[in-house]
Amino acid sequence: MKASSPPTDEKFKIGMLLSDTRYRGTSLQVITFIIFVAVFFWLVDNTLKNLALLGKDVSFNFLFLRAGYDINQRLIPYSSDSTHGRAAVVGILNTLLVAFVGCVIATILGLFVGILRLSKNWLVAKLMSAYIEGFRNVPVLLWIVMVFALLTEFTPAPKAFKGADPQATMLFFDSVAITNRGTYFPAPILNEGAYWVIFIFILSVFAVIFLKRYADKLKRETGKDFPTFLVSIAILIFPSTILFFALGSPISLEYPYLKGFNFKDGIHLRNSFLALTLALALYTSAFIAEIVRAGIMAISKGQTEAASSLGLRPNKIMNLIILPQALRIIVPPLISNYLNLTKNSSLAIAVGYMDVRGTLGGITLNQTGRELESMLLLMGFYLCVSLLISSVINYYNRSFQIVVR
Amino acid sequence: MSKIAFVQKNKIPPSPAPISEVGFIGWVKQNLFSSWFNSLLTLISIYFIFIILRDFIPWAWGGHWNTKSLRECLDLNPDVACFSVLTARWKQLLFGLYPAEEYWRPTVTFIFLILSMIPILFPKYFKFFWFSVIYPGLAIWLLWGGSIWGVGIVYIGLSLGIFTFILLLKLVSKNTVLSGIGALIFLIVFFMFLSNYLVNFLNIILPIALPPVESLKMGGFTLSLIVGITGIVASFPIGILLALGRQSNLPIIKMICVGFIEFIRGVPLITLLFVASVLLNYFLPPGTNFDIVLRVIIMVTFFSAAYMAEVIRGGLAGLPLGQHEASASLGLTYWQSQRLVIMPQALKISIPGIVNTFIGLFKDTTLVSIISLRDPVGLASTIRADQTWNGIYWELYVAIGLMFFIFCFGMSQYSQYLERKLKTDK
Amino acid sequence: MEKTKINITDEVAIHISNMNKWYGNFHVLRDINLEVMRGERIVVCGPSGSGKSTLIRCINRLEEHQKGRIIVDGTELTTDLKNIDKIRSEVGMVFQHFNLFPHLTTLENCTLAPIWVRETPEKDAQDIAMEMLEKVKIPEQAHKYPGQLSGGQQQRVAIARSLCMKPRIMLFDEVTSALDPEMIKEVLDTMIQLAEDGMTMICVTHEMGFARQVADRVIFMDDGQIVEQNEPESFFNKPQSDRTKLFLSQILGH
Repeated sequence: MKASSPPTDEKFKIGMLLSDTRYRGTSLQVITFIIFVAVFFWLVDNTLKNLALLGKDVSFNFLFLRAGYDINQRLIPYSSDSTHGRAAVVGILNTLLVAFVGCVIATILGLFVGILRLSKNWLVAKLMSAYIEGFRNVPVLLWIVMVFALLTEFTPAPKAFKGADPQATMLFFDSVAITNRGTYFPAPILNEGAYWVIFIFILSVFAVIFLKRYADKLKRETGKDFPTFLVSIAILIFPSTILFFALGSPISLEYPYLKGFNFKDGIHLRNSFLALTLALALYTSAFIAEIVRAGIMAISKGQTEAASSLGLRPNKIMNLIILPQALRIIVPPLISNYLNLTKNSSLAIAVGYMDVRGTLGGITLNQTGRELESMLLLMGFYLCVSLLISSVINYYNRSFQIVVR
Repeated sequence: MSKIAFVQKNKIPPSPAPISEVGFIGWVKQNLFSSWFNSLLTLISIYFIFIILRDFIPWAWGGHWNTKSLRECLDLNPDVACFSVLTARWKQLLFGLYPAEEYWRPTVTFIFLILSMIPILFPKYFKFFWFSVIYPGLAIWLLWGGSIWGVGIVYIGLSLGIFTFILLLKLVSKNTVLSGIGALIFLIVFFMFLSNYLVNFLNIILPIALPPVESLKMGGFTLSLIVGITGIVASFPIGILLALGRQSNLPIIKMICVGFIEFIRGVPLITLLFVASVLLNYFLPPGTNFDIVLRVIIMVTFFSAAYMAEVIRGGLAGLPLGQHEASASLGLTYWQSQRLVIMPQALKISIPGIVNTFIGLFKDTTLVSIISLRDPVGLASTIRADQTWNGIYWELYVAIGLMFFIFCFGMSQYSQYLERKLKTDK
Repeated sequence: MEKTKINITDEVAIHISNMNKWYGNFHVLRDINLEVMRGERIVVCGPSGSGKSTLIRCINRLEEHQKGRIIVDGTELTTDLKNIDKIRSEVGMVFQHFNLFPHLTTLENCTLAPIWVRETPEKDAQDIAMEMLEKVKIPEQAHKYPGQLSGGQQQRVAIARSLCMKPRIMLFDEVTSALDPEMIKEVLDTMIQLAEDGMTMICVTHEMGFARQVADRVIFMDDGQIVEQNEPESFFNKPQSDRTKLFLSQILGH
């Protein structure tokens, strides 16, 4: 049989750019890249043309100009003479405040409702289910607007608290007033000696941490249980309280009182902040409750059965077996919901709360006309927050994975 | 040890369970009063429900439905609800400022929507699929009015484009990408040059038109449905492409898709809506002026596509392993295996997630009230600002909240039903 | 197959009389009467749905019975939590799906109960655990996680975990049904070793070879009642009831 000659190289044809696996991937990417860059440049070109027509240029100088408007709720000093940049910072801090407080309340509520939802008591489970479905299926903007309307129209005006026979009374022994201008709390005043009490309290916290370590060591070595919880509470309460009274009550409360038509002194929380935070917390708590419930239900019944048959009591089973496994399932979507709450806080404008969208993306944007730059900064802020939170989730997932082959 | 040998002589029939275990009493004992703690919880819950009902029922039951203003309600009886605001304004809440004599148009559009879903959801009626295809054009024409050929030309153009694609595939090159580019070029030429003449021509020989209605007049629940449904439907194909792109091992495509998805998911929707209302005009050639509702729909579509992409990505991950290899070893091309093998399965798994995305999107449509479009929440503020109804809030908000609740809760129950059905289907 | 030695004593380990259980309206266990002596090894078999798993789950109160009495080691099983705890520390159970705790290592799985139920110091608990792990022949897996072990290894860890509480009675609920064939032998060998050491055990299983070798008594259940029981030889060779004959033909036929 005649030996066959080795195959000669095929001549390169244009069609091979797309049909040959050696070139196809690169060709597709090159095509995509060209299209993408073309579209991008077309957009940028249009933008520049439009801006030129309006006589605007692209610059971030406005951040250093005088803002000229007031912000009625702020965590740092600010006046209408401050710069736009500072106004933006005030807005950012306001956003973060609402997000933080909202997340804390939402988590506590969500945990409570989620665990109760699993109760064997049919009535309680159904009530919690109604709570969850009720809050989840109504838009968050509607909740915000509703809670705000409730706080402003359902509550008495400050002057209703006046007189010998007032229409409205303060709560908690005349210390808290809920009015249609906001809620007034007593403010703590630190007098002489207050810092000692605070110092002792911080020491108590450290003492509790060391107590926990000691109790763990005791358990490991002798097997005996130690009433850590009760003793910790005692340590936190007693030393600080005793010192407080020994030094003659150095931390006093400044009570809000009615003067003229308004309350004076104390901490004033405006309705816009309260409405926004409460509505966001209630709405998000419904989602958190579902996550908690799904997490606990995901742990198979067999785990509880195995633990029971070993003789473990229900509370130990929850602490040692169920919760550690459930937390791994609960934490990533929980953090996701924190991100959602933070993004939803941008609806603050609906109630007049000055978050970052209200300052940077709102008044600053309108006054300076710098729409493009403000929006870029605004979106950049939210992107940073969300990227930060995503990396927290990824870190958690990587470190706490249950080991599998 | 033969003493252990035992054989049963007579089979024991089943006996009824003791009374305290079954029936109503048994149920009550186990579920409500099984321990003292449980009993306590039950009593607290009953008390709680009692208080809410005691305050709510008299207020709602004796409500006024026919007064002309809030003042009148309060004069008659301030302790009951003033539902007259709903009687007076329900049309507005449903249709916005749509001209009253044209109300039949949104209603028909909605009915047709349900009809157009049937061929998709029930394979039995697949032969009516052509209706689902023409429905979008029909809906746009019904809602916005104008000449039917404004919308019809798009269908004509696309059909010609597909025809060109198939022609190129058969006659010129077997390559899908090349034929695709060819068809694309045809479409660009057609829409830039030919379409205008064709529309004018068709208008002369066969004029069919409805009175046009401005976008700004649209509002209420109709607006929410339009934005929501268009957003979801349009984001579906984009979401699929993004999900596939994100999975791709071609780095540039992957980077673009990941970048897009993470960007959209990282910013609040309100900022995107703001871009729609203020900035989108900058990005387009000077002089173009888009309809505001269309701009909002575009941004909502992009927003929804990013979330849809993540849901589909989850669906793709849930596929049995080896599907890609199986279809490749059968000789299917990439797009064929996607169309015939991968996507049908992935989408089936993703359906609950897709429905959830829709529910979320539908709730998010309320945000358009912040850029001054008249969705129900925006309308509520308008109504409250009106002299006749100034100061009303419970009745209005409860009604709007109830509308959303019924819709969203219904959809979520449907999604759970689907999930259960999918599990047992396997 | 060599028959394991007989260890039966005169002491009653488990006494069940007139026991009935309902799931809602469904009469799942009907008039069960059973006495298990200490050191006795019992195999319970029967078609699925016959109530055999439910029966042994009633013994450690994973299920509650509504009528009749169950007395384990002299303690009656009632709603009294103290009794339940006492019985559970004397009775060990191994499950079909192992139910190991995936977030703990093998060693931690085994030391968990001694530490938290018996207040054993950690070191002592670990010693006991290593002893049991050696008994089931996988001491080298002590620091692995369950997800890293094969099915047969996991089930042996589950057996060791129960043994760490030094139970006097072991309940096995279809422990080889979820295993690949090549791993069944290693688990059965472990159980045979346990039997030879004198453990009182009740096994719900389909492994008839195991029954022949180890059991002192085979019990056949159907429709929630005990239909027939006998020594293995008599049971397999001379079944009396028609239902037993039908069941045996189905199991041993193929």
